[in-house]
Amino acid sequence: MINTLIGNLGHFFVISSFVASLVAAYAYITSTLQTDTVKAQSWRNFARTAFYVHGGLVFGVVASLFFIIYNHLFEYHYAWSHSSLSLPVYYMISCFWEGQEGSFLLWIFWHVILGFVLIRTNRQSGWEAPVMAVFALVQAFLASMILGTVIPGIELKVGSSPFLLLRDVMTDAPVFAMNPDFQPEDGTGLNPLLQNYWMVIHPPTLFLGFATTLVPFAFCIAGIWRRKYESWIKPALPWAIFSAAVLGLGIMMGAYWAYETLNFGGYWNWDPVENAVYIPWLVLVASIHTLIIFKNNGTALKTSIVLVITTFVLILYSTFLTRSGILGNASVHSFTDLGLSGQLLIYLLFFTVAAIVLSAIRWKEIPTSEKEASAYSREFWIFIGATVLCLMSFQVLVPTSIPVYNAIVEAFGGVSNVAPPADQIEFYTKFQLWFAIAIALLSGTGQFFFWRKMDPEKLKNELSIPLILTLIISAIAILAGQVTNPVYILLLTVSIYSIIANGKILLRFGKTNFQLAGGSISHIGIAMIFLGILFSAGYSKVVSVNESGLLIFKDDPANENLENTLLWINEPRKMGEYELIYKGQRVDARDVPVYVDKKILRPTETPFLVVATEDFAYEGTSYFAKGDTVQIHPENTYHEIQYTNRETGKQFTLYPRSQVNPNMGLIASPDIRRTAFKDLYTHVSAIPPEAEEKEWSEMEEMDVKMGEQFFANDYVAQLTQIERVDAVEGVELQEGDLAVKAHIQVMGGDTEYLLQPIYLIRDRMVGRVPDTSQELGLRLTLLNILPEQNSFVLGVETTQKEYIVLKAIEKPFINVLWIGTLLLMFGFGVATYRRYQDYHKPAGRKETVQSRPQKPKNKPVSV
Amino acid sequence: MKLKYIIALIVIAVAVTVIISTAGDASSYVTFQEAHTLAERGKAAKIHVVGQLKKDEQGEVIGVEPSEDKLSVSFVMVDQNNQEQQVYYNEPMPADLLRSEQVVVIGSYRNEHFVADEVLLKCPSKYQEQEIS
Repeated sequence: MINTLIGNLGHFFVISSFVASLVAAYAYITSTLQTDTVKAQSWRNFARTAFYVHGGLVFGVVASLFFIIYNHLFEYHYAWSHSSLSLPVYYMISCFWEGQEGSFLLWIFWHVILGFVLIRTNRQSGWEAPVMAVFALVQAFLASMILGTVIPGIELKVGSSPFLLLRDVMTDAPVFAMNPDFQPEDGTGLNPLLQNYWMVIHPPTLFLGFATTLVPFAFCIAGIWRRKYESWIKPALPWAIFSAAVLGLGIMMGAYWAYETLNFGGYWNWDPVENAVYIPWLVLVASIHTLIIFKNNGTALKTSIVLVITTFVLILYSTFLTRSGILGNASVHSFTDLGLSGQLLIYLLFFTVAAIVLSAIRWKEIPTSEKEASAYSREFWIFIGATVLCLMSFQVLVPTSIPVYNAIVEAFGGVSNVAPPADQIEFYTKFQLWFAIAIALLSGTGQFFFWRKMDPEKLKNELSIPLILTLIISAIAILAGQVTNPVYILLLTVSIYSIIANGKILLRFGKTNFQLAGGSISHIGIAMIFLGILFSAGYSKVVSVNESGLLIFKDDPANENLENTLLWINEPRKMGEYELIYKGQRVDARDVPVYVDKKILRPTETPFLVVATEDFAYEGTSYFAKGDTVQIHPENTYHEIQYTNRETGKQFTLYPRSQVNPNMGLIASPDIRRTAFKDLYTHVSAIPPEAEEKEWSEMEEMDVKMGEQFFANDYVAQLTQIERVDAVEGVELQEGDLAVKAHIQVMGGDTEYLLQPIYLIRDRMVGRVPDTSQELGLRLTLLNILPEQNSFVLGVETTQKEYIVLKAIEKPFINVLWIGTLLLMFGFGVATYRRYQDYHKPAGRKETVQSRPQKPKNKPVSV
Repeated sequence: MKLKYIIALIVIAVAVTVIISTAGDASSYVTFQEAHTLAERGKAAKIHVVGQLKKDEQGEVIGVEPSEDKLSVSFVMVDQNNQEQQVYYNEPMPADLLRSEQVVVIGSYRNEHFVADEVLLKCPSKYQEQEIS
């Protein structure tokens, strides 16, 4: 029986949470507009209750959806299309965000949590009403995306509900015409690429990053609205830094997931979906810098307002890009279009226009300081840094928006066929590299303008030691790393300079006040990220270059770029400094610590159950015996490749993974050999077709004598033994039956195979059980026994033997990138803590020299 | 005052450079005919062509030939003007090539051969593809 109750309940929660957010928004706005304190307070209390109710209803929506997925209610479209019976519980959480509706839900969920935190922390401050008014409005827009309601009268569908029944989505399916209560037995499962622990933690982190950008925006709007043009910055700053940390972490988790799971060969591909997060992040970081300038000397207020608003608008824009279907051909992994583009566009335009109009009206009232900029003030250099960050973001924004230009031109009846640059990596790199150089240089130098105003003489004294150190270390690095590209040399040198310069500052703070060290730690992290990218991307080397000498198009010079190597099973092949041997397919069996050879497991009708044909033990422990049923993860195949270093003789084994997915074809995931200084990144790029799809040759008959060698599928084979057997698998032997088993040894490269075809006689009838080796592409049948000639007739069928096409890339110093990322996050964390203390304990702590805003403003910035 | 304007000028200059360079490096969606004309005029820029694999009357894909060593593939693509073109791709055959309903190739003509540097496949989405059994 179809469970419609839970879906109706969930849908009811969605609708009422939408209504509750509207009520909360209305009440918070009214409270903000009240001049009478008592009335304002009572409206605020009412609004707060409405927001709590909204939050509770959102939890209800989440619970209902999880109930549907957890209980395998496949009559619901969401469960059917994103989950399946065999999906482990921890991946059921990923089902939530595989679909677009669920990812909206996740976003709404985080806003609720953040809203609760803000209400708690701002009870007394007077910020609650205006800030939460913005929050509640955003919630109303987001909730409308999953509303799934048709407005009667104009037949306008608003939102796409996650609680649709399958029969309502697939109205054409004949099965529902026959039986409206039909329930599919199993779901279609989660996209295998998402069955990865990174996909359990990466989307929540990313969406928390998205959600947190709302907090500084809401404070900014509240500040302008309530004419508190300056005081909003104190509460907003720690949130802005926290947001940059979480969003940055989300981006890097995505990069790491891509590196570990996808096979496009790296961690960053300049895909529009990746860019869409990178663009607002850069502006967010720029806004943190201008906010700090303001806190230090009271300038750059207007710039800060513009940047905080821009960050949020860019988040909305990136939502629009990735979810409206506008990217079309330009991206490989945007969401499926749910027909929400109109709604998304209204969401984007509403907040863009509202924020611009509000700030335009109040623009003249916002205080500015007309002070002259000095090239020797710290704020000046921070400001330049923020400018570079914005330009960096702009450079990515312009080409990423190409599909939008096409859409706009076509909306006005024109024809536009602009495509993104063909070589994206080269295109973006040539700009971003220079911006990176500028940032490393600025973040290193800016730190020296720390305590006092600088003059050329002092600057020289401060800089001389770091400069000398930089030159020495860079020279060593350039020589050791054989860096010859002049731009790379430049980036290397300035990054090392930034590490040393910030390191010097860090040493100073480490002794006195560690809370102030957030900036220098983050800057060291960024410089390390630059170094990591420089080496791992700039000097990544394809090691699987085809050396077979076979040219594909003999009449054409186009046979460059052959970056893959074909490995036949058991045949050694040279690749770079290694010799490789492909050892065959392995599977992951449950509760067995190592991969198990596929050929000792016989498939059954249930994909995840197999029967062992041999005993299996590992390191003295026996895991299963012949005839046992073993549970495996059937969708994954691991390809065992043994690497031997040709000089040192050292060996290691990699297991790149392949999945054959009916919807997506071959999905390859790399296996990475990690060492301190470089990663060897290996993935398969082609595998043979599945056993059932292989085409076998016609049977060839062969007369062989005991001990005689013969060739089968180009392998040397030998009949070594004939024995009578008492049991044959799958056949019940009766009285008088005669079963004979032949032992045929086949030398498959460095491995010996034993094939055992069976010959069975019952009442003068002959039965034959052939034996097949998928790996060798060989099937042998014992056709006949000729006692007079003392020979045996073998039937030989052949097919393609097992192979893989492999790509291997070396990525030097990639660990520097990951370590830099961790340092950056740690630095952000320290800075968040410090700024939060600033806000909540303004008087309780002795002001430090650095954050003393009332110091004589000799030559501050007013750029 | 001066410093302020110098910086503003630099910012504008960089922004303009970015826009011009994007316009210059942007590729375009063209037909094989146009791509061929471009190549004849000596413009080696890589372009995008959108099309489908060639199919026979029964709807079976024809003309896909993986190389002997499986390291590359060539296939016949029909663009939106119904022009056929053999495309060479120096990577192993993508596993879902035969199932694709739309193919986007990024590349250029080199010596009368169309060589793709990248092949993007659009496969039937799981929503249309799957039948309920």
